[in-house]
Parts: sequence; structure tokens; C-alpha cells
Amino acid sequence: MLSEPSTSRPFDVHGKPGERTSAPAATGRRDAVDPALCRQWLRDMLMIREFENRCMQQYQDKKIGGFCHIYIGQEAIAVGCTAAVRPNDPIVTAYRDHGHALARGMAARHCMAEMFGKIGGCAKGKGGSMHMFDREHHLYGGHGIVGAQIPLGVGLAFACKYMDEVIDGQPNSRVALAFLGDGALNQGAIHEAMNLAGLLDIPCVIICENNGYSMGTSIHRGTTMGHDIISKAIGYGIDGYVVDGMDVLSVYHDMSAIVEKCRRESRPAFVDMRCYRFKGHSMSDPRKYRTPEEENQYASDDPIGRLKLHLEERGELTEAVLKEMQKEIRDEVREAIAWSEASPEPPMSELYHDVFVEPHGPFNGTSLPQMLQGKDLR
Amino acid sequence: MSTVTVIDPTMTATREIEFRDALREAMSQEMRRDPRVFLLGEEVAQYNGAYKVSKGMLEEFGPRRIIDTPISESGFAGMAIGAAMMGLRPIVEFMSWSFSLVAADPILNNAPKMLYMSGGQFGCPIVFRGNDGAGGQLGSTHSWCVEGLYSNVPGLKMAIPSCPEDAKGLMTTAIRDDDPVFFLESERMLGMKGHVPEGDYLIPFGQAKVRREGTDCTLVSFGRPVNFCLDAAAELAKEGISCEVLDMRTIRPLDIDSIVRSVRKTNYCVVVDQSWSFGSPGSEVASQVHQHCFDDLDNFVHRVHSADVPTPYAFNLEQEYLPNARRICEAVRSCLYRA
Repeated sequence: MLSEPSTSRPFDVHGKPGERTSAPAATGRRDAVDPALCRQWLRDMLMIREFENRCMQQYQDKKIGGFCHIYIGQEAIAVGCTAAVRPNDPIVTAYRDHGHALARGMAARHCMAEMFGKIGGCAKGKGGSMHMFDREHHLYGGHGIVGAQIPLGVGLAFACKYMDEVIDGQPNSRVALAFLGDGALNQGAIHEAMNLAGLLDIPCVIICENNGYSMGTSIHRGTTMGHDIISKAIGYGIDGYVVDGMDVLSVYHDMSAIVEKCRRESRPAFVDMRCYRFKGHSMSDPRKYRTPEEENQYASDDPIGRLKLHLEERGELTEAVLKEMQKEIRDEVREAIAWSEASPEPPMSELYHDVFVEPHGPFNGTSLPQMLQGKDLR
Repeated sequence: MSTVTVIDPTMTATREIEFRDALREAMSQEMRRDPRVFLLGEEVAQYNGAYKVSKGMLEEFGPRRIIDTPISESGFAGMAIGAAMMGLRPIVEFMSWSFSLVAADPILNNAPKMLYMSGGQFGCPIVFRGNDGAGGQLGSTHSWCVEGLYSNVPGLKMAIPSCPEDAKGLMTTAIRDDDPVFFLESERMLGMKGHVPEGDYLIPFGQAKVRREGTDCTLVSFGRPVNFCLDAAAELAKEGISCEVLDMRTIRPLDIDSIVRSVRKTNYCVVVDQSWSFGSPGSEVASQVHQHCFDDLDNFVHRVHSADVPTPYAFNLEQEYLPNARRICEAVRSCLYRA
């Protein structure tokens, strides 16, 4: 295995680690990272943590509407995975997407303003928490329908390969990352996408952020072979890997190896990224389906704490540097909230914009858009 | 559609080809013109297409651009949408639109909404095409008319040609369109022969065509039932009733202006639509005609749809189920108080 989850913990939501031994060999490297880069990852993870904590407050203050899914506990995955790919490798994810957006480089203000339903949001306030899109940073969306983003991710990778090989006559240069949760494992779309990726040699890394819970249903209550989900990918001829998603160094090293293999061989891969969601499924979840003991055990295994410890043990992080970092992040998120508050609501014309590529499109409805000033169809 | 150039078909020599050839000609011409265009679907490559629409295309364009997929509509439709988000221009063949129902999530939830949900960042220039409608004794599950279901969704365009010439002209426009286009063909019409212009040929979306001029009643239709309307108009002419037959060609966008112009002339309107009546393009057209022509109408808009039942297998039942010429004649006579 690339990195073996600890077997000494009393709680293991992922089942019986070690039962499967067919996973490819580990890279074995964990500490050969530039300390400055490590501190940057710590900053990125702290940023997501602070952003999400403030998100919950804003949600409770009713500044954010709809559904809101918090990424706390899984920060190492978005940060480690984006660090392992090139900036122009496309990424697509599900609805727990704030972390991916921030890790990919979206400014906190645009992410927050999107949730506030303001014109300054990344999608002008038309997508909301579950639908973060960022063309500049090659983020092809958070997507709200469970599993639907995986065929899209395979399509992104297909397009990269087609553009390089069929149009430009060059070898394929890009890899797409497509994220899903373990709750999506039983959607047909995933399986159809994996079959196509395996069949057509599509360089897409499908990353299952396996936090052990599909909303309130534990993986063992909803997924057969839940202790060994890479077996599903192996059935489609796709290499599967188990990665410790609570450790950013493991994520980075393992994903770097996996991504470069996919890039080189132009083949898909599947990653069982084992992690734990510290908060509820969404803001309305009282988490009655799991025990405080289990939560506390995983909280003590906090990915941010692990990276801090790693740096401190090597004398690469001082208390003063950490304090300064935390202060900067608090200020940045506070500023993002103030900026989002100040951002105007989308103008009413936005209601009818972007339905079609033509500004107002061939409007066909029964009530005329207000901003067309009552232009008669006659 | 300001960039569209329309070549006058009268300028080219008369040449008759089949509906399926017209579709293929449009796709092949666009694939030669634009390397971003590719075709994928079940049996489109080695098998030459389940209905021979893509016959010979594998030979010309190779397996990287004419792609056989497994029977996996949700997967390959979603994959094509992802490719379109990156800027490619996929043509997705559904062997039948009936099979698109298992791909409803990607084709309805992703393709038409992507541009809006991303605040204009990611569009979806894609064509979904395949056979639509009953008439081949395939039973209910294979006889879907999806226009009633799918035209309800904002963000998509829907083209439904009624003849080979339009099949080519509308398909070319569909492939060049930057928005998702649902292109509804009919297995019953694939062998229909007709004049089709050679070379680049585009028919702008949202422009109806008067198939037959008339003065007494406006018949509004699209797709295969346009041909039923022409048969009915010929029959009714013998009774001294002069019908004007309007072929909408696209129902999203809908050329309501042309309908209104005709109804103001005839004062009667019958809508012929092969989808079921409840919440259908036909009911939408009727509603809009009532809205715009309230004072011009001498009777309410009459509608002829497929019968409000699952499609039957038996030949006689299926023929009666369709909005056939006899049922259209009855509706026109009733509308004109001549029943």
C-alpha cells in the first residue's frame, strides 16, 4: 500500500485496513519536501479551516442560503492533490467544494461572495456553495448531483488528450482530477465513467474522498466491499491506490507518483483517499449516527496538527511564524466577508443572462424578461 | 445567429439524396472544417451506425474522431459534456432518443445549465442527436417523443427537421452553435429522398418555413408530422379548404412571429405535434397563439397529438395513435365549423 492507515485505533470507519494487499507499492517518501513549500501547505490548510469556520457562522447568521457542506478535516486532500498536479490540469469535484476552490487559487472573497449570492461571486452568485467554477484556475465546477461530475471529469481528460494528440499531433500532456465522496460510489454514472476511462485510455485520476459516511449512512451500510473500494476500479482495469488523506505529505507524494504515471501512460487511476469529515454532512446535520468517541479520535488525528508537528519536529516552524500566519489568514477571511457584504447583489438583468451564449438568447418563455423593456414579439 | 450565411438552394444543381445521407453530409463537412468536432455513440464506427447515418465516416476520420461507445448513455453523454466544457464540439448519437432517458441527468442537468451556473464561464457546444417518435411498431419503451419532456428545459435548443434538405441545413447550424442542441430525427424518415444543396448549407434556427401556402387555416407542425399535415392539406383541398402548412424546424427557439403572421391571415389554427398533449410544445404554441392572436381567432386553437396512452405495438393501433392525416383533417373541419 502507498500508505497504510494505522491499525491501532479503536475506531476505523473505513473497515479492515490491510485486508487487501494488491495495492501498488508506496513511494516511501514522506519528508523530502522543501520546508517553505510545507509551510505554504500549512497556510493553505489553515486558510480552508478558517474559511470554513467563518462559513458556518455566516450560514448561521443567514448570510448564506441553501445547502452548505463544510470541508473541515479533509483539507490535506485538496491541498495535497492540487500541489501534485500542474496548474492547467483540469479539476472537477462534487458539492463539498470550497476547499478545492481555495486550494486551486480562487480568492477567498470570490468564493465567499458566491455563497452570499453577490455579483462578486465566482459565478456571479448564480451557482452558490455547491457550484464553484473558476475558468482561470481550471476548476470545472463543484457539482450538486452525487456522482454526476465523474463522467464530466473523464470528459475533461478525454478533451485534453484529444486536443494534444488528435488536433496538435503531440503526446498527451495533461491529466484531469475528478473528486467524489464515498457516498457517490454506488451511482451508476461513476461505473459508466470508469468503464469508459479504462476502455478508452483516458488520463483521469478519480479520487474518492472516503470519509466513511454517505450523509448519515456509514460506508458499510451503503457500499458492498466498503473496506476495499479500489476493487471496484480494479474491476474496470483501472489501477487503484489507498492513500492516507489525513496526511498532506502522503497525499502529495502519493498523488505526485500516481498523476505522473497517468500522464506518462495516458491511463486512468482510482484513489481511495481515506479521511474523516469533522463536521456534519451539511449545516443541518446533528451527527447522531456517530459517537463522540469516534469523532474525538479522528479530531486528535487532525491533518493540520500532523503537518504542524512534522514542521515543528524539524525546527521548520516557530511559534511566532505560526501566529503571524494565523493572523494573516484571519484578516484575509475577515476581509473576504466584508468584501462580500459590500459586493452588490446581481442586477436583475443577470436573471436572463448566460442562459445562451447570445446575451439574451432566443428567449421563448411565456413571461417576457423585464429588462427587455416589454419588447413585443409581434 | 448573425454569423450564419445562407446559401440559396436554387443556386445549386438539383440533387436528391436520403435524409440519412443529408445528416452524414452535414457532419462530415463540419468534421473536415473543424478538428474539434467528433462523433460518438453506440455502433457509430465499425458497424457504420445502427441506421447507417454514419456509414463510411470511420473510414474517412478514423477511430479517434468516430468513436464507438459501450451501451452506456449516461456515461458517454456526461463524458461528451465534459469535453464540450473544454471547448471540443462533440456530436452524441443516441441510437434512439428513447435511450436518452437513462442519460437525463447529464443532458438536462449539466449541458443546458452549465453556462448559467458557472456565471458564463463554461459553455457546452454539443449536439445530441438520434431517432425520435413512434411509427416503427417498436412498442412503448422505444417510441418516445422527447420534445414534450425536454423542450421544457431552458438553455437548450431543439431542432426537428421534416425533410432531407432541412436535415442538412439544421445539422450544420447545430454543430456550429455554441449552445447545446437537441436534434430530433425520425427513423421513419431516414430513407426519405429529397433535394439537398451541396456544399456549406445552413438554416438559421428560429425561422419557420411555409411548406404550403393557404388561406383558410394555419397548420403548425414540426418534424415528421409536417408530412402528415401536407397529406391532410392535399385531402382538404379537395373539399375546398385551403390550408397553410408551417414547418417550425426548431421549437426552441420558436418562431412565433411566423405563426402569428399566418394566423392573422387565416383566423384559424390547428397545431399538430406527435408528443403527448399534456404540457407539450403543442400546448405551448396554442397558448402563445391565444395570447398574440386573441382577437384574430374565429375559433380556439385545435390540437392534434399522439393519443394520450403508451404507444401500442399493433400496426392498426399505432397508426391511429399517431397524429395522422385523417385525424388532422377531422381537427381542421371541426376548427372551421365544417364537421
